[in-house]
Amino acid sequence: MTTQRTSGRRKQAFAAAAAVAALLTTAACGGGSDDGDNGSKTGAAGFDAANNKVAQADLAKKGGTLKFGAAQDADSWDTTRGYYGMMWNFARYYSRQLVTNKAEPGAAGAEITPDLATETAKVTDDGKTYTYTLRDGITWEDGKPITSKDVKYGIERVWAQDVLSGGPTYLKDVLDPKGEYKGPYKDTSADKLGLKAIETPDDKTIVFKLPVANSDFEEMLALVSASPVRQDKDTKSKYGLKPFSSGPYKFASYSPGKDLKLVRNTEWKQASDPVRKAYPDEITIQFFSDANQLDQRLLSGDLDLDLNQTGMSPQGRTTALKQHKANLDNPVSGYVRYAVFPQSVAPFNNIECRKAVILGADHVSLQTARGGPIAGGDIGTNMLPPSVPGAEGQKYDPYKLAGANKSGNVAEAKAALKACGQPNGFKTTIAVRNNKPVEVATAQSLQASLKKIGITVEIDQYDGSQTAGIIGSPSNVKKKGYGIIIMGWGPDFPSVQGFGLPLWSSKYISESGNNNYALIKDKAIDGLFAQYVTTLDDAGKTKIATEINHKVMEGAYYLPFVFERFINWRSDNLANVYTTDGYSGQYDFVNLGLKNPKK
Amino acid sequence: MTAPLHEPTAEAAPSPAEEAAVATADAKAVQGRSLGRIAWERLKRDKLALTGGVVVLLLVLVALLAPVITSILGQDPNEYHENLIDPLFGTPTGSLGGISGEHLLGVEPVNGRDIFARILYGARISLLVGFLSAVVAVILGTVLGILAGFFGGWVDSVVSRVMDGLLAFPQLLFIIALVSVMPSDLLGLTGSNVRVFVMILVIGFFGWPYIGRVVRGQTLSLREREYVEAARSLGAGRLYILFKELLPNLVAPIVVYTTMMIPTNILTEAALSFLGVGVKPPTASWGQMLSSAIDYYESDPMYMVVPGLAIFITVLAFNLFGDGVRDALDPKASR
Repeated sequence: MTTQRTSGRRKQAFAAAAAVAALLTTAACGGGSDDGDNGSKTGAAGFDAANNKVAQADLAKKGGTLKFGAAQDADSWDTTRGYYGMMWNFARYYSRQLVTNKAEPGAAGAEITPDLATETAKVTDDGKTYTYTLRDGITWEDGKPITSKDVKYGIERVWAQDVLSGGPTYLKDVLDPKGEYKGPYKDTSADKLGLKAIETPDDKTIVFKLPVANSDFEEMLALVSASPVRQDKDTKSKYGLKPFSSGPYKFASYSPGKDLKLVRNTEWKQASDPVRKAYPDEITIQFFSDANQLDQRLLSGDLDLDLNQTGMSPQGRTTALKQHKANLDNPVSGYVRYAVFPQSVAPFNNIECRKAVILGADHVSLQTARGGPIAGGDIGTNMLPPSVPGAEGQKYDPYKLAGANKSGNVAEAKAALKACGQPNGFKTTIAVRNNKPVEVATAQSLQASLKKIGITVEIDQYDGSQTAGIIGSPSNVKKKGYGIIIMGWGPDFPSVQGFGLPLWSSKYISESGNNNYALIKDKAIDGLFAQYVTTLDDAGKTKIATEINHKVMEGAYYLPFVFERFINWRSDNLANVYTTDGYSGQYDFVNLGLKNPKK
Repeated sequence: MTAPLHEPTAEAAPSPAEEAAVATADAKAVQGRSLGRIAWERLKRDKLALTGGVVVLLLVLVALLAPVITSILGQDPNEYHENLIDPLFGTPTGSLGGISGEHLLGVEPVNGRDIFARILYGARISLLVGFLSAVVAVILGTVLGILAGFFGGWVDSVVSRVMDGLLAFPQLLFIIALVSVMPSDLLGLTGSNVRVFVMILVIGFFGWPYIGRVVRGQTLSLREREYVEAARSLGAGRLYILFKELLPNLVAPIVVYTTMMIPTNILTEAALSFLGVGVKPPTASWGQMLSSAIDYYESDPMYMVVPGLAIFITVLAFNLFGDGVRDALDPKASR
């Protein structure tokens, strides 16, 4: 500040003038609205211009600061511990994997491409051996080369769930189903590389030996939990505060819940990395406690995009749709939002009573409660999200939820109630997270429409941060009489296994943190999953995925609400923007660039 | 404190006609006027308090007749009208939050429930909790306060310390914690009724020390008065003194504090519903309406204005009325 000596009163006057000027500018900004789908005066690419296609790739310039904002910090920035989709997406800035998702829009973004490895796996031994060779020129942020042993150590950390909990454990379940290895921190071998299923014959070669084949294994290696970690830089539970970088950016500073800053990793070489373009010089995240405040900063152009990628809040969304439509994309998120019926709670042990709820619900009303066709999504008709191979979208609609029965079918629902032996309806309880207003709204909608067929519903809003212990505990669900649970689920990786195994497999029913809320114990479904993991060709996998989905819907365990969509914001200054199925319809962070680096 | 030495006002210098009126009133007073009658005469002259009183009366009527009024208008507080909602934004399609001849105060965003019907039904909850919790507080506060003041000694010490403790207790936090661990069925009640019952008890329980302190203080000074001494010397029993000598003289402060306590309780109920620990959906409540209106303060401001005004008017009416009652009952009041 240059006006150090001005008196307090004059400073106030200046501040007021500045505030007025700022208001006028925003007003002007708001006035210059347009809804052209082919770009706008402000430079924004147009509505849905980056949805499943690349917007303004040629306008991206090197340099500048890419500014993220977020209402929610990552669960952990430790590659082993993060489970949020946005964390996996962002972690590609500072971590590399053997293979990763293609940096391409839409469905292609869910395909696997080599990253640290020279090519995708050489699969031998009936799908039980995967061999990779590492590239030349791959380095850590201190310039030392990344070796196959670093990759192995990074993967071994998944076994240390007692210290590094939170992340996905697919690799552990597949490579060591019996749980024989105790993790690197309890490893008695000198080099701490005691895991037998991974071999590192030399620094450039890594071999995975699976006890049982799993056709999605390479998808699991593409998760950031398979990133290399260097043993001498492993700070265990504190690693998430400053991960040691193998990617184009490294941590400069991080205060949890406040801000995070990445700067260029000068040791990273573009030639060694076929995936990352690394346009900006710096990447910052600013965290907000209030989603409305974040939306305002996005609308004003202070920030480039939302890290969380879960859509704007109703307030900002309305303003954006009315005035800045060219800055918005409306991708399918990969999430299915649904109600599920625990079979342990009578009368939901009877399939006809479950059908009565599915048929009696007003699906348009549920969709409106979720935010309508644009901000909420298309009416969900089955349980497999459209981004997963084998999904049929609204074409598979066994209960005509988006068709004849979309506003509820009272007659059919009452017939189902009769068949269930409850012709006058019954009483039950809906369990819903108290921190999700949209879910509470869907619960109320369900309550209103079920009343018409004689089902009296009480809504129990439980502490949303305690999901694992409340609805994740089958005995608690039974005790509380939660006949209907409202939840949502997205795929960890786009396959029926990555989406449905925890939800539908009888093996995944557990006393705490259970996700098979319906308590499905169907031998046919279990059998199909077993068949799926040993089927190696894509066509066969797709067919089984479709079959599993049909079996789940025929059991009437779920009432799907929507195939979720988001309204996501991209600033005028963003270039090379596209959504990817690899990260559930989020923008692919790693290749975002700025049009004007000086802004 | 500074006070004007003497400020002649219209009241201080009544016109001859008024003087005559007062004179006739005084003439009747010779035959004896009850305390209540004097207070009523004073209250009648306080226009603001009267207005407050009328509004309170109207609110009570409207709350009692909510089902009748809504059925005459053909509305149900829990009926969805999604055809009135713009699916794109989730806000009502009509102007001013969807106000129309059918929906007098518009409809809620997302589900299109009639706001007027919900405001009427919300009034039932607000007034029910406000009144009944005040009743609980008054009963507890009067009984314990009068006992403490009259008996003194260890009774007084115990009651006073309990009151101090309760006044220092973080009641809002306690209620939130209590409500979230409450079972959904209690004493044959279910759903929202459990929450209402718990709110009444708990708000009342935390409210009694306010009345208890006043009653105790008043009792302390009253029990030394000559008429009490006289009764005692004539051999009156303790119960007789408590109920026939002391209690009638405590009625004025108790009434005053009750009218002041009801609006506070209404606000507490609104706050609890706002925080999501009040009545359960779909039962309408003003606080819960305000809380869900936050997401639409820009796109549908009417949705926030209506319940906000309802709370404001109710609390203001009760406060004006309460102030009037206090002035009327206080013999030392300036008028």
